[in-house]
Amino acid sequence: MVELWNIYIWPLIWILAKILLIVIPLFLAVAYLVWSERKVIGLMQQRMGPNVVGPWGIWQSFADVLKLLLKETILPTGANKIVFLIAPMLTFVLAFVAWAVIPVGEGWVLANINVGIMYLFAISSLGVYGIVMAGWASNSRYSFLGAMRSAAQMVSYEISMGLVIVTVLMCVGSLNLTDIVEAQRTVWYVVPLLPMAVVFFISTLAETNRHPFDLPEAEAELVAGYQTEYSAMSFALFFVGEYANMIMMSSMTVILFLGGWLPPMDIAPFNWLPGPLWFGIKVAAILFIFIWARAAFPRYRYDQLMRLGWKVFLPMSLLWVVGTAGVLVAFDLAP
Amino acid sequence: MEELLLEYLPILIFFGVAVGLSIVMVVASVLAARQKPDAEKLSTYECGFEAFADSRHRFDVRFYLVAILFIIFDLEVAFLFPWAITLKENGMLGFWSMMVFLGVLTIGFIYEWKKGALEWE
Repeated sequence: MVELWNIYIWPLIWILAKILLIVIPLFLAVAYLVWSERKVIGLMQQRMGPNVVGPWGIWQSFADVLKLLLKETILPTGANKIVFLIAPMLTFVLAFVAWAVIPVGEGWVLANINVGIMYLFAISSLGVYGIVMAGWASNSRYSFLGAMRSAAQMVSYEISMGLVIVTVLMCVGSLNLTDIVEAQRTVWYVVPLLPMAVVFFISTLAETNRHPFDLPEAEAELVAGYQTEYSAMSFALFFVGEYANMIMMSSMTVILFLGGWLPPMDIAPFNWLPGPLWFGIKVAAILFIFIWARAAFPRYRYDQLMRLGWKVFLPMSLLWVVGTAGVLVAFDLAP
Repeated sequence: MEELLLEYLPILIFFGVAVGLSIVMVVASVLAARQKPDAEKLSTYECGFEAFADSRHRFDVRFYLVAILFIIFDLEVAFLFPWAITLKENGMLGFWSMMVFLGVLTIGFIYEWKKGALEWE
């Protein structure tokens, strides 16, 4: 009996506690990302943003969740009901499961698997399924077109994302996310690989269907894209999934290029702050750029979007892969 | 082997927790909110019209083309992953064989570009 507890139950409880430690802050982060997005865009457009629910509107997101909880779940007659219900769950689950491998601080990771970046790449690729399933199952033209656009856009930018990741991997020599961060002790990869960092960031904008690449839900043409038919919690799952994905993509950018939890310099005022706090600050900074891009840029046309993905980013990142490999091999710098 | 699999156990549990959470959220909403469906409410949204037709209709073939091109290039990226982390061990032979592979791929890429497979006017 004691053995059963020691071998199975305590580790299980320990794992569940760690999962809770990821899930709860993630929910809070999503809630406040939504709030700060509305607030920041409001201020950038000289409006107040949410300011009614609580001081500076800080309870706005919770009010929204409560509202969505009490809405009617609509299952359209024409829809393929099971797929229709599974799609948002899939998006949500994938957005959360990706967090299992992200190291927030030194050793602060649920599963320190040695193919971490591969896992993240795979999970973010699977995100397309949630959207395609939603668009197809809704049996609505807006949803369908939105889903097609979204899928095509996500797969297009995924290639350049993959090539950028390969560039970083060549410099690290490991797929483990902790190793990737540790390899940046001397210099953050944003310095030697700056163009790749920019390509990666812009690709994450496209990958998460954010402005200026939010064609899948271009309000003026497609109502709300693949989410058109969704209501209540199914919609909320999509929404939370999307924002959790944004935070995940920002974390990926931070891990690959901005030295994860490492302070900018290992000297006095900087290394007083603990690692996870640095991680949070960096992720928040990237997320601010996400929001800023939304406020600053007009939406791309679809042909411009595809041209940027296929004709600019793909050749450019391919060239950088070859160039980086050449330099690393020629000067014997490869790890 | 055991230990390797054990590393993935937390991910499996996390997966279970996330699935459970999403189901609980949807079911809670269905139970908490008053459900009062009617034919109009459940019809497909189409800007105030009756839906003209089913949405299972033809769509632009270029989406399909993008998907096919994606498979080619994503496979290439998949090949690059193991090559990239063993760059040193590969030696010159490994390096140059990958360069030849990428060269062939680039020729294919130029071909599809010239063919206009990437045009969305």
